[in-house]
Amino acid sequence: MRAMRADLHVHTCLSPCAEPEMVPTAIVDRAKRMGLDIIGICDHNSAENVSAVLEAGRRRDLPVIRGMEITSREEVHVLGLFGDEEGLSALQDLVYRNLPGENDPDFFGDQTIVDDSDDVLGCTTKLLIGATGFSLEETVQVIHEAGGLAIAAHIDRERFGLVGQLGFVPEGLPVDAVEVSPHASVEDWPDHTAVTFSDAHVLRDIGRSSTSFMLEGATLAEIGKALRNEDGRGILTGGGD
Amino acid sequence: MKLAEVVDELDLKVRTAGGALQIEVRGGYASDLMSDVIAHAARGCLWVTLQVHQNVVAVASLKELAGIVLVNGREPEEATVERAESENIPILVSPLSAFDVIGRLYALGIEGGTG
Repeated sequence: MRAMRADLHVHTCLSPCAEPEMVPTAIVDRAKRMGLDIIGICDHNSAENVSAVLEAGRRRDLPVIRGMEITSREEVHVLGLFGDEEGLSALQDLVYRNLPGENDPDFFGDQTIVDDSDDVLGCTTKLLIGATGFSLEETVQVIHEAGGLAIAAHIDRERFGLVGQLGFVPEGLPVDAVEVSPHASVEDWPDHTAVTFSDAHVLRDIGRSSTSFMLEGATLAEIGKALRNEDGRGILTGGGD
Repeated sequence: MKLAEVVDELDLKVRTAGGALQIEVRGGYASDLMSDVIAHAARGCLWVTLQVHQNVVAVASLKELAGIVLVNGREPEEATVERAESENIPILVSPLSAFDVIGRLYALGIEGGTG
């Protein structure tokens, strides 16, 4: 078992609000240089670049956790993290069926799908910046039913954070953790399992905020145990810059 | 003005706490960010929002608001209804947009209330 530093909330060029420089090889390169042991890819309401970053990471020996950042109908962002392709793919289908609208790249930005060598494969036309039809509770539920971990994203931020949108964390909401942004501290959330990641939309932000876990290996199952403080796994520290 | 009169004037549908409509409406507040309502809405205000999540009830209760008007024909979630009944918070529904609801409230003499 060893300490592993993880930044599990990184966007790619698929997110309309992320920079075009967020391509697989550049993300992996930056993560390696920042000394991260694990990264996670969470684009808005889509996972179409996850496998490309996974492959780019494999070549450089950097474990990549699959994920997606889902927007609930209250406009609360929730991270879903997955250990296998099947669960994430099922969730992707479900989210796309419940995500209205079509993207206008001139207004919202490009949504570029790439391969593991950063070559452009195309664009998704779904309105990824939009909100799904799922309530917050349903969002957590569909992530869990697909076998993922659900983490309320950047809970301290007014825009698209749970507390900004809904005032406080609803009692009994079964999230596996809450994520605080690089601007806040995990110590501010003593009543919750709190982690911090970068939410990087540009290369220089990758690893700007990260959480060190005590893990047996870089897998989702191990991260789940760490969040539940099981079998000696746990959260060591979390912080920014 | 009593909440019951507002319900009549705007033809609002009463979804919860029908017995609590004799409360005095002291002003109005409109926001879909609950953190903002917690920070700025004044006691006794009627709150206009499109959020249907159960946290609206806790916020209305905390701030001692007169009631909640849901706009665009949005219906409260089941958990929201249950919670509003148990906390006796009136939830009213209008098919109109927030803009039109607020305009009509203003025409009735209800002004913005912050505190």
